[in-house]
Amino acid sequence: MDAREAPAGKLARFTFYPPEAYRKKPDEYRLLPFRFTRFNSDKYLLVNEAGEFIFLGRASFRRFTAHELHFQDVDYDALKTKHFLWDDTASPLLDILATKYRTKKSFLRGFTKLHLFVVTLRCDHSCLYCQVSRQREDRGAFDMTPATAKRAVDLMMRSPAPAITMEFQGGEPLLNFDLIRFLVDYSEAQNARVGKQIDRVITTNLSRITPEILNYCREHKILLSTSLDGPEWLHNANRPKRGDDSYALVVRNMETASAALGREAVAALMTTTRRSLSHVRDIIDEYVARGFGSIFLRSISPYGFAVRTKGSTGYLTPEFLDFYREGLRYIIDLNRKGIRLTEGYAKIILTKILTPFPTGFTDLQSPAATGIGAVVYNYDGDVYASDESRMLAEMNDKTFRLGSMHENSYDELFRGEDLRSLIRASVNESLPGCSDCAYQLYCGADPVFHHATQGDPVGHRPTSAFCQKNMAIITELFRYIESDDREVMRIFWSWITDHTLGEPEECLLP
Amino acid sequence: MSAPVIRRHTYGSRGDGVPPFIGVVAADRVASLVNVNDVVCVVKRNDVSVARSRGDYGAILTDWKSDEAPAWIGALSRPTLFGAEHLEHLNDGDIVRLDFSRGLARTLYRVGSEHNTIFITDQCNSNCLMCSQPPKDIDDSHLVQEHLRLVRLIPPTTGTLGITGGEPSLFGSGLVSVIQACKEHLPLTRLHMLTNGRTFCDRDWAQEFGAVQHPDLVLGVPLYSDVAWQHDYVVQAAGAFTQTMLGLHNLARFGVRLEIRVVVHQQTASHLLRLAQFIYRNLPFAEHVAFMGLEMMGYTKTNLKNLWIDPVDYQDSLREALLFLDRAGMHVSIYNHQLCVLPRALWPYARKAISDYKNVYLDECAACAVLDQCGGLFKSGERIHSAHIRSIKALSV
Repeated sequence: MDAREAPAGKLARFTFYPPEAYRKKPDEYRLLPFRFTRFNSDKYLLVNEAGEFIFLGRASFRRFTAHELHFQDVDYDALKTKHFLWDDTASPLLDILATKYRTKKSFLRGFTKLHLFVVTLRCDHSCLYCQVSRQREDRGAFDMTPATAKRAVDLMMRSPAPAITMEFQGGEPLLNFDLIRFLVDYSEAQNARVGKQIDRVITTNLSRITPEILNYCREHKILLSTSLDGPEWLHNANRPKRGDDSYALVVRNMETASAALGREAVAALMTTTRRSLSHVRDIIDEYVARGFGSIFLRSISPYGFAVRTKGSTGYLTPEFLDFYREGLRYIIDLNRKGIRLTEGYAKIILTKILTPFPTGFTDLQSPAATGIGAVVYNYDGDVYASDESRMLAEMNDKTFRLGSMHENSYDELFRGEDLRSLIRASVNESLPGCSDCAYQLYCGADPVFHHATQGDPVGHRPTSAFCQKNMAIITELFRYIESDDREVMRIFWSWITDHTLGEPEECLLP
Repeated sequence: MSAPVIRRHTYGSRGDGVPPFIGVVAADRVASLVNVNDVVCVVKRNDVSVARSRGDYGAILTDWKSDEAPAWIGALSRPTLFGAEHLEHLNDGDIVRLDFSRGLARTLYRVGSEHNTIFITDQCNSNCLMCSQPPKDIDDSHLVQEHLRLVRLIPPTTGTLGITGGEPSLFGSGLVSVIQACKEHLPLTRLHMLTNGRTFCDRDWAQEFGAVQHPDLVLGVPLYSDVAWQHDYVVQAAGAFTQTMLGLHNLARFGVRLEIRVVVHQQTASHLLRLAQFIYRNLPFAEHVAFMGLEMMGYTKTNLKNLWIDPVDYQDSLREALLFLDRAGMHVSIYNHQLCVLPRALWPYARKAISDYKNVYLDECAACAVLDQCGGLFKSGERIHSAHIRSIKALSV
């Protein structure tokens, strides 16, 4: 009986219809936008506009795309609920797909959220991979002045974002701590009437922390982000310093800073050099030994001194990928043993794949974060679209200089043609090689990187290290997802949600 | 050890055509802070302590038969329901509805209970296979005035109040006026409303509803599958899935807090993980997901062969779904399941959720070491329940 021909009156309520009454044969079905790749010899991976994915067998994939999938096929329902196809009964639900798409792109809301202040170029280290071409410690000409700092904060306050982050960069920013203090005090005073939520973080090698600095950080809730490249021999080799004591200093000072500010207030980043390649386990062990809950296996960036020292520090992308994959496997194994350690890059990509939400990670977005998600106020008064943009400028390439704080207005800097054309080249939905890539939703675009490495912000995907690296890492994560190991998925989710690892397997009542 | 089920109505003699009266029970109006006209004076024949002649109550409920009642009762000339079979279940402060023509005294509010509920309407636009209170196709929209009076009589110290039906949202603006009245008279009372959400697929209606901005209102909305026809079959209404999904999104858009409720039975048990994943992807704004056991009432008995599955037989499916949502950071609970049918891993999620007036335990339960933590059974589940209910011996740690 057809549910739409229900008997009237009292009988209606006591008549129940079988499932078939509600499972109508649609006139036809249509494909919703999705991208796909042949994942392995017998499976295709399909990803839709909202980042939902599905694996389909070859035969099923062929039937589906040929519009020959039967409406009672088990894949039909799955494709429909995940928004890969729609039929005459599902069109109102397209609104929900639109909401999911908006949610995935909601990182765009609020415009520029990350504001970097290069307070000095001076540094007491001479790291082989330094991306910013540091200056000697005694050269005050490379410090940001209070007048410039004031102008930078005024520009930052114009950003529509209700929650922003101020990041103090160098050189070694603590060499110009007075200016950091000025920036913090001035921004707090200005914010008294603007009312933004402002987080603050100093990127520092920690060599110059003092009780006074730590007190100030505690009072103003300023976080510290430092560099730890691995065990002592590796760290000191990567990060030369007079006295050869970078490792000893950073380890001791991390403890001091953690004691003063709390464990959560001190983070560390590592950079992979050629020396690191065969020591991924030692590097990870170092992070575990130092009590960190996460590590970010980060490849070197082709800017600054890193370019000059390419011969001794650099490596090919496949070498980094071997390093990364081995590291990831090792970290998963540690987690299996109950040692909670997150791999930061995997966490970001897994969040994109497995959740309906975006991430705030500015290096992997489309459109790119350049200027519209992050901006750099340089010590000399120039404004750059990203940290990498000012690194390029130190190599005499000022392509991504948006203007000068002292000469240009907010509108000229943030709404000018320079930034617009940069953003146009960073929408991976329309970039050659990205527009039909299955991983588009999980990846991003990096016009500065492609300009630096290929001489063109759009770039050439088949020879792009950015593409090669992200394709491989996303594929590796999908291999784990596809094998659907309960334990691995439990670990991945604990990374995504920052939950503890513990599963209530044998949980007793209190 | 089946607990005595709490009485919520009593019959007496049918009377004349006086309209129904809703009032607050008090043995003596002097003892009450309520306006005298709102008091239902309960006169017990074996209790002489009642003030006999003092004044005007709103109405009288008594176990005296009308032809043998003391003269003073008649002399008050208030609407009176005579011959009540029971009065012992009533406490001062309870709110009753006296339907004189049917001789029915129904309790609308019980002092001290956390399970008080306003039944907005008997109408419904769905016809769920397992409906515990089958709908009636009648026009009862006049009830809005009674609900508004009830809300005014309920003490503002009430912690939680349920709103249910039928489908409450069918009353439209009438429902809004009830929730608005709760906001004004019961500003500290948490509201929980059960709705199938279908009518809210109309965006303007969802906006009107959200505009009340009640400070503590959650809507519990059932969802039975990620696949439209499977959901539509369970609720016996073509197109319901689409309407509910759009309704949920509209409600979220206008700031209404939402809970998803999944009744687990034969038609839903096998796809709980898929449904959980769908909820996370499509309804991440829901603040709570509850997996609920079947209540053996109403249609459930009629459709039992298509619904019944021993809860023990779906524990793997339930566990996968629940742990998925928990790991993904959603707040999740299990209602109406006895601890002895749940694996230990799921015990922390089990809540005591059965309303006190229909909550029982079996004889078998008497010796159970975790009886205090267990939500027990529905009264209706005394005869049909899992074959694996057994008392749990002292816990080994």
